[in-house]
Amino acid sequence: MSRSLALKALRAALPARCLITDPKGTKPYETDGLTALRQPPWLVVLPETEAQVRQVLLICAQHDVPVVARGAGTGLSGGARPVADGVVLGLSRLDQVLEVDLDNCVARVQPGVRNLAISEAVAHHGLYYAPDPSSQIACSIGGNVAENSGGVHCLKYGLTVHNVVGLRVLTVSGEVLELGGKTLDSPGYDLLALLCGSEGMLGIVTEVIVKLLPRPPASAVLLMAFDSAAAAAETVSQIIAQGLVPAGLEMMDQLATQAVEDFVHAGYPTEAAALLLCEVDGVPEEVASNVELVSRIAKEYGAIELRVAHEPHEQAAFWAGRKAAFPAAGRLAPDYYCMDGTIPRAALADVLGRIAGLADEYGLPVANVFHAGDGNLHPLILYDASVPGEMAKAEAIGGRILELCVAVGGTVTGEHGVGVEKLDQMCVQFSAQELDQFFRVKDSFDPNGTLNPGKAIPTLARCSEVGGMHVHGGELPFNNLDRF
Amino acid sequence: MSADDQSERLHEAVRRACADAQPLLVAGSGSKRFLLDALVSDGAALLSVAEHVGVVDYRPDELVVTVRTGTPLHDLQGLLDANQQLLPFDPPRFEGGGTIGGAIASGLAGPARPWRGSVRDCLLGVELVNGVGERLRFGGQVMKNVAGYDVSRLQSGAFGSLGVLLTVSLRLLPKPAVERTCALELDAPTALARMRQWARQPLPLTGVGYQAGVLWARLAGSEPAVAAALAELGGEPVADGASWWDDLRDHTLPVFKGDAPLVRVIVPPSAPAPLEGSVVEWAGGLRWFAAEDAAHGQRLAAEAEAHGGYACGFDGRYARVEHSVMAEALRIQQRRIKHAFDPQDLFNRGLVEMDAD
Repeated sequence: MSRSLALKALRAALPARCLITDPKGTKPYETDGLTALRQPPWLVVLPETEAQVRQVLLICAQHDVPVVARGAGTGLSGGARPVADGVVLGLSRLDQVLEVDLDNCVARVQPGVRNLAISEAVAHHGLYYAPDPSSQIACSIGGNVAENSGGVHCLKYGLTVHNVVGLRVLTVSGEVLELGGKTLDSPGYDLLALLCGSEGMLGIVTEVIVKLLPRPPASAVLLMAFDSAAAAAETVSQIIAQGLVPAGLEMMDQLATQAVEDFVHAGYPTEAAALLLCEVDGVPEEVASNVELVSRIAKEYGAIELRVAHEPHEQAAFWAGRKAAFPAAGRLAPDYYCMDGTIPRAALADVLGRIAGLADEYGLPVANVFHAGDGNLHPLILYDASVPGEMAKAEAIGGRILELCVAVGGTVTGEHGVGVEKLDQMCVQFSAQELDQFFRVKDSFDPNGTLNPGKAIPTLARCSEVGGMHVHGGELPFNNLDRF
Repeated sequence: MSADDQSERLHEAVRRACADAQPLLVAGSGSKRFLLDALVSDGAALLSVAEHVGVVDYRPDELVVTVRTGTPLHDLQGLLDANQQLLPFDPPRFEGGGTIGGAIASGLAGPARPWRGSVRDCLLGVELVNGVGERLRFGGQVMKNVAGYDVSRLQSGAFGSLGVLLTVSLRLLPKPAVERTCALELDAPTALARMRQWARQPLPLTGVGYQAGVLWARLAGSEPAVAAALAELGGEPVADGASWWDDLRDHTLPVFKGDAPLVRVIVPPSAPAPLEGSVVEWAGGLRWFAAEDAAHGQRLAAEAEAHGGYACGFDGRYARVEHSVMAEALRIQQRRIKHAFDPQDLFNRGLVEMDAD
């Protein structure tokens, strides 16, 4: 690696405003949403054109300099954490909506375009881009592709992989790969699906074609309170079993509900053991019949309170508490550790019970706020890092929760990604041979390991060191965005 | 191991083939063999998964099924139907046959594709044996899962060339309360314009097709929602509408039955050409032609490519991984993927031009 030669070449290839070399300037790039893990980058490059991105890749490959792609830096697992001696390739300046194609209901955008900006750009046509991660006001579509981001509405409308129809990708050697497009099918292997969620390890996305959907004409949100988490979990299963796929189906336990109520006064019933929020959408007739169906199920399974919001401002009030749940939980303890396991819905009641058992065993409270409809848990383990031993306990609970998720047929990360945070848990979920297959996929794109080295897939050596005990955990994702 | 679970036998067969460098023709029921028979090399030994059958896990309220890949589509769909659920991608059943493994491997989706998603969209997890004889699991039984690269979805449309699929986990959808079809008499360009107009409206569509002067629309959902949408679309309700969609999906309409070579054209749905003379599905995104002669076939390909699409003969060469519309860099990457899973090119040899790299 020759950094001085690389820097010289980068300076010759890009305008000075595209390079940040001084430590003060590179400071904001030391971390993403996983703020406890910091690593100063050697250099930050902010290209303004695809040609410049290509130049950066060619120069870095030639001089053996690692490249870490970065969108808006809102990721929660450290996927965009810099590598020492590496370049952070920030794509925020590629921020143009290139084309809105109403005939084919797609938009072609650059990777730095914010998620919400896509929906805003097409709102006057009655269209929107469906995936809505909680950070959607800030996160970029390129980052969404890298993480295969979800959101509250992905139960019905799918993840990023279901809503991105085309990608333009630069390989590490600067070649262009056009994957998918405006068509509904493409020849050959589905590399587009492979790139979604690949955490910047396989290529650099320079254009994204997204699917635009017509806005549903009507919606309603139901708020249901239960005197046990099991009853709420049963209701979730029954709603799905009755043939309804709600637009959103969220759950909060009593600890979370009380925290939220103290924080934003959303009017939630704090005496309830668990709350469900269920959003249904569609044509008005369908919404009305589905509100009736969900109400009937909730009552049958013991709802102690039920409210329905039809008007947009009422719906916003119902959601306000849910969206404030993470910051509210942050007020309960100096620190919290947010997990992201996903489990089959049928295991919800059982796993929630066992999480409560772990909380008792270790003597740390755990608040639960999560996407119940798709079984994506976000247990928040509350602790105080200044109390000796508490952080280790939090990590121990976290590790056991993820172990539990894998044991019931789930996964260690539903939507936040592996990044650096969950590398050790990956050793639990995958065998050495499976990890090796991942490495062969990686090698097929990036044989020298230039792109985002050390992320997403743990080395076999690391897994053997972790052995049976895979508790490591990163630290707290706290920034000032909504988290839900 | 029950008689239905042939995992160990299949795993062992692949291990042996690895040791002997013996190419394998991986097949299910054989109903889609016509899509690759001109490609697969002569020396390949048949490895049939057709006896590897049965549902491994199905809890209807999870909306997920895990099934062995030799399971006949007919059996799986019967089970789902009895539970008021369906496979979102509505796979074709050529000559009434097909296995779920073949449906995943071929990546062919039925008329509901634009609304209910592609084959890979509902593929949550797989267990497979790769080309070095390793038995591996990727993905799982949950909707949201970002642990590791999405190797599962890569198997859809790979025609078995990356691994022998043992089990697949699929996301399901509830069956709609009602489903209705209506038809409008329109010329092709007007019908295409109507299709695109509908696509921008929040309508409960699950099928939009066109054939010989008739625009077909299928609506599904709750009774009042479908009734309201039918009124909005106009056109005549068709009493036995479901059969037209079945015939379209399973290729039993006349256009699919003649002697003329069938050409599958994929274009952005709004593409004005090629259009005349085709049977259209996917609201314009998929168009079938009976090619009159070689020149006609070439014309279709040229027009499709000019509008950002591509054309493929739906015949013994369809399953090839590379295609003339691919840029060189993409071809090379496709070969590297093949190499990453099956370095000896054992599975369905001929689908990828390995030595060209």
